[in-house]
Amino acid sequence: MKERWLERLFKALTFISTIIGLLVLVILLIDVLKDGLPRLSWKFITSFPSRNPDEAGILPALVGSAMLLILTALFAFPIGVAAGIYLEEYASDNLFTRLIEINIANLAGIPSIIYGLLGLEIFVRALRGITGGRSIFSGALTMSLLVLPIIIVSSREAIRAVPRSIREAGYALGATKWQVVRDQILPVAMPGILTGTILALSRAIGETAPLITIGALAYIAFLPPLSLKALQSPFTVLPIQIFNWVSRPQEAFHANAAAAIIVLLVLLLSMNAAAIYLRNRFQVRFE
Amino acid sequence: MSWLQKMPLPDLPDNPEEPIIKIRNLNVWYGNRLVLGDINLDIPRNRITAIIGPSGCGKSTLIRCLNRMNDLIPNARVEGQVLFDGKNIYSSDVDVTEIRRRIGMVFQKPNPFPKSIYENIAWGLRIRGFKGNLDEVVERALRQAALWDEVKDKLHANALTLSGGQQQRLCIARALAVGSEVLLLDEPASALDPISALKIEELLRELSRDYTIVIVTHNMQQAARVSHYTAFIMWDDNRVGRLIEYGLTRDIFTNPKDKRTEDYITGRFG
Repeated sequence: MKERWLERLFKALTFISTIIGLLVLVILLIDVLKDGLPRLSWKFITSFPSRNPDEAGILPALVGSAMLLILTALFAFPIGVAAGIYLEEYASDNLFTRLIEINIANLAGIPSIIYGLLGLEIFVRALRGITGGRSIFSGALTMSLLVLPIIIVSSREAIRAVPRSIREAGYALGATKWQVVRDQILPVAMPGILTGTILALSRAIGETAPLITIGALAYIAFLPPLSLKALQSPFTVLPIQIFNWVSRPQEAFHANAAAAIIVLLVLLLSMNAAAIYLRNRFQVRFE
Repeated sequence: MSWLQKMPLPDLPDNPEEPIIKIRNLNVWYGNRLVLGDINLDIPRNRITAIIGPSGCGKSTLIRCLNRMNDLIPNARVEGQVLFDGKNIYSSDVDVTEIRRRIGMVFQKPNPFPKSIYENIAWGLRIRGFKGNLDEVVERALRQAALWDEVKDKLHANALTLSGGQQQRLCIARALAVGSEVLLLDEPASALDPISALKIEELLRELSRDYTIVIVTHNMQQAARVSHYTAFIMWDDNRVGRLIEYGLTRDIFTNPKDKRTEDYITGRFG
């Protein structure tokens, strides 16, 4: 009898452990929705921040997050995929490449604020002439460094998952390595690479610490100009706006923060959904 | 060996021509291990040469030396010469992509690209900047590989939807399309059902009028049915693959000179 009782207890314990995380998330979500939904409106999304909480909106933060995302993808994706191709297809297995591999794996685990300090020193200060200092350009470059290891690792995994037989088929027809990579390996690996990239970017969109370090502002009352100058303009992003509002004493700003969190969550969840869709829709199944 | 007596061996027209591939003093190492030792072998033009032997004896390694596919295996090392039309394919001024185009390869497991049937064949030409009529070449290659009638209405369907036998014939068509003169086949029928396997054999016999074919097989009936010449490879006491006997298939199968060949083809081991 005692055995059966223990068995049940253990099952219950594992079940509770499973739902604890979920439960907390649900409570959090309900809380955020309760506070934020009444505040959420088209006007909230299209307004600039303001001292008056009822008039304040997230437009610059939303635009900043979108620009940061696009720029980060533009910088990090080609470099990450190219590095993945090099490590999987070209690099020979020697001490040097193994060192690089260990390095990349470790980079993925470095706290994001370190990247912020790096960005501050290199992009904001040393390269001020190009980046314009505390600009969206500096922010995107910093974020690119942050997501690069993740993109490299997921590119490598996707490339490695392409069956060897496909490579052999290509080489046996007299193709060069580049032709095989370009026409046979990358198309098959691309859904996996894109999935990894989107997941990496959805990490970037929620990051706050490195951007605070490099000096993203919370109060931006204008949109970047529609020209290359936009790259050098000061910026803010959703998490920083949220952080700013949460730290205000007035209750009304907390509602604003909750509403902004809803927007950020919708953005994040749709990116993750896109990643899952890509993976399921375009994955090539052999056999 | 009753099946041997009954089996009609392929007849052999006179072939006074120079062998198309000459293997001279070939040694192959994987790391420090010698896997093939001192192989000398002439591959006659427009004939089917079968390479038989127990698994792991180095048959596949040997055939992969003939179009330098072993280059892709890290720490594989080849010593000696493989003369193709009189030129050593391992000499430093040889363009390996050109060698692989002229000496095509078909693998044990069919490996079409996960693209359309048409694209599978067209790609090999496109990457060489082929400017002519692709449709024509695709049709010709598919006809040569006896696949045209089965796929002509679905050229743009994904090649992975074809059956295993069809996929394997597509792989043969793909090699023919880029202008291969020699076809190396590494157990091309071992992953197929018997009917599909027979179709491949039939196709190979057909193709041997215009192409040189080297086929690795562990199926001795298949070797006897399809090939004109047979090379028997086996490891020696140091587990190094050696060429034991080479000659006309009918001689090897009816009158082997070496005791080991006889033991192998009568099924005493391997």
